[in-house]
Amino acid sequence: MGQSGVAAAALARGMQAAHKTTAMATTMESGVPNTTKPSAAPLLSIRSVAKHFGKNVVLRDISLEIAEGEFLTILGESGSGKTTLLRILAGFEQSTSGEVWMQGERLDTRPPYRRRVNTVFQHYALFPHMTVEQNVGYGLAIAKRPAAEIESRVSEALAKVKMSAYAKSKPSKISGGQQQRIALARALVNRPRLLLLDEPLSALDANLRRQMQVELKALQREVGITFIFVTHDQEEAMVMSDRIALLRSGELEQVATPREIYTRPATSYAAQFIGHTNLLQADVRQGTAMCDRLAWPTSLPDGSALFSLRPECIRIARIAPPVIDSARTSSHIRFRAKLRDQAFHGASDLLRVESDGGLVLTIRTASRDLYSSEAPLEFEFSAVDAIPVRATSLTSGSPPKSEDAV
Amino acid sequence: MFSRAYRTAVAAPPLAWVAIFLLIPYLLMFCYSFWSVSQSGTIVHSWNLDNYHELLTKPVYWQTLLRSMWIAVRVTFFSTLLGYPLAYFLSFHAGNRKDLYYQLVIIPLWVSYLVRAYAWKTILGTDGVLNTLLQYVHLTSHPLDFLLYSPFAVVLTLTHIYTPFTFLPIYASLEHIPRNLVEASHDLGATPAQTFWRVIFPLSIPGVLAGATFAFVLSLGDFLAPLLLGGPSGIMISNIVVSLFGAAYNWPLGAAISLCMLALVLALIFFSDRLEKKWSFQ
Repeated sequence: MGQSGVAAAALARGMQAAHKTTAMATTMESGVPNTTKPSAAPLLSIRSVAKHFGKNVVLRDISLEIAEGEFLTILGESGSGKTTLLRILAGFEQSTSGEVWMQGERLDTRPPYRRRVNTVFQHYALFPHMTVEQNVGYGLAIAKRPAAEIESRVSEALAKVKMSAYAKSKPSKISGGQQQRIALARALVNRPRLLLLDEPLSALDANLRRQMQVELKALQREVGITFIFVTHDQEEAMVMSDRIALLRSGELEQVATPREIYTRPATSYAAQFIGHTNLLQADVRQGTAMCDRLAWPTSLPDGSALFSLRPECIRIARIAPPVIDSARTSSHIRFRAKLRDQAFHGASDLLRVESDGGLVLTIRTASRDLYSSEAPLEFEFSAVDAIPVRATSLTSGSPPKSEDAV
Repeated sequence: MFSRAYRTAVAAPPLAWVAIFLLIPYLLMFCYSFWSVSQSGTIVHSWNLDNYHELLTKPVYWQTLLRSMWIAVRVTFFSTLLGYPLAYFLSFHAGNRKDLYYQLVIIPLWVSYLVRAYAWKTILGTDGVLNTLLQYVHLTSHPLDFLLYSPFAVVLTLTHIYTPFTFLPIYASLEHIPRNLVEASHDLGATPAQTFWRVIFPLSIPGVLAGATFAFVLSLGDFLAPLLLGGPSGIMISNIVVSLFGAAYNWPLGAAISLCMLALVLALIFFSDRLEKKWSFQ
């Protein structure tokens, strides 16, 4: 792990400090530059990996490249196959077909104990008969490092996760959040090429979880190790990742940066899974998409098409000019709708409105007013915010088998 | 929560059971051990320590006790040695046949102890299965007589009988080891052998201790196997107790020996319990 004191302090200072850490990015001991953006040469290359459990197809044809130093999140619902994919990378599961390569070497044919990959388990998996210190030093002891080196690296790793005071404790005597930190230290102390994290924060309560998200991200930038993080929590994925790989029923739905996947979702599933959205089933004719009484310009060919329109992309139009037909193809689309209900979400409100034509839309506005459900309101959105998406049925074909049970 | 009357009603039957079938008999035994027998064979209710004195001074008693313990130690050793790999295989490598194999290990427990002891008699005897086979393949020219009516026969039979008793607690403790600990160990670079010695075995120690205690305590007090297969050299302490209570009609001395064994066994269970607690982390 890096010895940068700056970065260690950044851990304590949290989110704001995290950005600073990137700016001051130091080099690791190994001399590999601390990159946070995907670089050209992939560290890990997943090639057409598929996994069947009997007749149950858990993963089909997954291909993915992960860059050195990247923070990639595999996001999916339970049963999407995300944990299985992680277990294939760790070596606990053999893929039915396909290959995994790491830096020019075949990875998937090696047993788990011959891979420079470490895992942070969902339920931490700390050895109950060993102290915190012995847990963290386990990998080094197995690698037969000299005692002095083990001692210094273990105490360094414990300091990094702020757990030095608990070195002599047994795992059963410390809290879940603390066990989480030990699990992280135990993996990182071995300086793996790749760290796999299997829903490591899912057992923590909400506040601690948000705090750990920030710390984990900062830590990843500091040590420069490639992270593959599995979660079902889209918010967590967005906050932490360089890229998100969205998995659905064993297939990759979209792989992109959080910003891109949110603003340009490739499919209706991606649009709905990551944030809220309105899906508009439109008819395209001669460069104009029509849905209910709404119409907006599009470059799609004629035919039917599906659009995603985020709730925050629809605004309330304060002054209501008469709705004229010439507005049809302008880039600002206005429509009139009645308020069905208004839900308070803290910083914003979610309105459900029904347009004159019976189309129900969700709209996000800043929380200010209670709107009347009597008089129709005037709304508008920009044509560029209506993102064409590929249709995917939300009800997946085969009922997902709980992957946690596997 | 529950009314006092209800709690009393629920607690009464087991307490009564323990009192009638355990405490009172032990109390009687305790009293007997300080009494004596007259020449005419009646119990003399005068309190003295003569029985305990006889126990310590007559070599036959403590020698037999030592031999019994030595037999019990060997039985414990061999049944643990057999039970552990069996339990390990079932728990970690039996896959979906686990339940079937488990039943197969348990089934011998349903068979009467006597039947199993007699079975060994037929196998080990001079005209037994084993000797016939050995002579048939010309490994020996005459029947081996150390096979039956010897401590060897007792150890063999008791090991066979008590291996399931060591298997069960070891199996239970192996089953309780979270499998992600094994994965974590592999993940951190430990080979399967290293994982076994550093993670699996330490975590199964409570099961080993419980199983070993079972085997030791049960075989120490056994009297049927030595009676049927032990011969004169395979006599165990319980055989002496049986004959003192029966043929010799010396209940006081028999009671004194029984109480000594009880104290020994209780002390053993106490210590093994302490050790088990020390080694359990879940």
